[in-house]
Amino acid sequence: MKVNLKIWRQKNANTEGKMMDYTVDTVNPHMSFLEMLDVLNEQLVNKGEVPVAFDHDCREGICGACSLHINGRPHGPSHATTTCQLYMRHFKDGETIYIEPWRAKSFPIIKDLVVDRSAFDRIIAAGGYVSVNTGQAQDANNIPVDKALAEKAMDSAACIGCGACVAACPNSSAMLFVSAKISQLAMFPQGQAERDMRAQNMVNQMDEEGFGNCASIGACEAECPKEITLANIARMNREYIRSTIIDE
Amino acid sequence: MNNSAIFKSSIGKKFVMGLTGFFLITFLIVHASINACIWFNDGGKTFLYYAHFMGTNFIVHIIEVGLFAGLLIHVVDGLLIWKQNRAARPIKYAYNNPNANSKWYSRSMGLLGTLILLFLIIHLRNFWGPNRLNQIATGEELNLFTMMQDHFNNIGVVLIYLFGCFSLFWHLMHGFRSAFQSLGLNHLKYNHAIKVAGYAFSIIICVVFALMPVTMYLGLVK
Repeated sequence: MKVNLKIWRQKNANTEGKMMDYTVDTVNPHMSFLEMLDVLNEQLVNKGEVPVAFDHDCREGICGACSLHINGRPHGPSHATTTCQLYMRHFKDGETIYIEPWRAKSFPIIKDLVVDRSAFDRIIAAGGYVSVNTGQAQDANNIPVDKALAEKAMDSAACIGCGACVAACPNSSAMLFVSAKISQLAMFPQGQAERDMRAQNMVNQMDEEGFGNCASIGACEAECPKEITLANIARMNREYIRSTIIDE
Repeated sequence: MNNSAIFKSSIGKKFVMGLTGFFLITFLIVHASINACIWFNDGGKTFLYYAHFMGTNFIVHIIEVGLFAGLLIHVVDGLLIWKQNRAARPIKYAYNNPNANSKWYSRSMGLLGTLILLFLIIHLRNFWGPNRLNQIATGEELNLFTMMQDHFNNIGVVLIYLFGCFSLFWHLMHGFRSAFQSLGLNHLKYNHAIKVAGYAFSIIICVVFALMPVTMYLGLVK
């Protein structure tokens, strides 16, 4: 099959970018979207042109490295799918596909379709952890964990930090990501000691990074490849409000 | 509570938005209930009885100040959030398909809110403003029932009011449910009930409000 591509090309963070047209006419419908881009890049390299830069790593839908805003949607048209798990059979022969980077002030473009998502790392560093300062880890069974709560925490922990929530949100809000991380740790006994500090510090860092505010629009939830729900954001709101009230 | 965090942090701003939203929702219930008394068809007698109470009671006057303060905070907080959100995405997508993942009215709360505010200015200028000014000048209340009849005799005014109700309807369709979410009130067991209650509230309140100018224009209110 043949596809026409409109891809955002930008040399680096300091130059202006623009949409450029490409055509790939040797696409196998069973190729993944990233494999199709590999074919395009092979064409470009053979012609002596600079290949399109895009993020990818595991290509198994679990690492969170791949991104791409495809035909107006993060990770493309398939539900609960990362770009690397999106296949060309979901597109029509001869279709024109728009490929853009995540758009957010807090995700500056490094090159072409690659954006700097280190804002997420700084938010995690602000409180997305459980401190175990010294001594030997005790037997896991010493701390009883409610099974239902463990399941919920696991659902939140499924977030791979890809940033699709920010890309989908009309406000470029990072609240789905931050709330998943806060929720995951707030539900475990081990996360209790740093619970209030975590909510305060992670939200403050999120605000400092310049992300937008949540308006409960729900685009993030609809586009999240790991189906993280808005219930996490409500939990984060509770955690933050609670920790603000009891703040001394 | 740490006051600066409430107005500065993103979640604090949402919290304030939700709280004032709930407060304004309770006002809508009171306003719609009292105005619905015009349909007793008693020449506005029942309506004017409650309007007199609302216009002269000392405690209601204090609540009225709170209402304007709540509205002002809701508007200013909304503007601050709008500004923050606008700055968060300086470059837009060349091709975007937001209808695939969200509702248009959820994405248009700022626009709908602005339309409601413009309507509110017209509405206050028609009824509340002249009535209060007259109260201050002469100590007497105006007959709000005949004022309604006069205003709603004009098809242009009726259409403006219908447009106001239309904007309010979509604002509430998102706002009612969103206020719960902003206050952290999201629970698998109750989410569906909140959603249904939000839709029902938006429909009932706005239909009741919209029927007032319509029935008056059609001469059904005696």
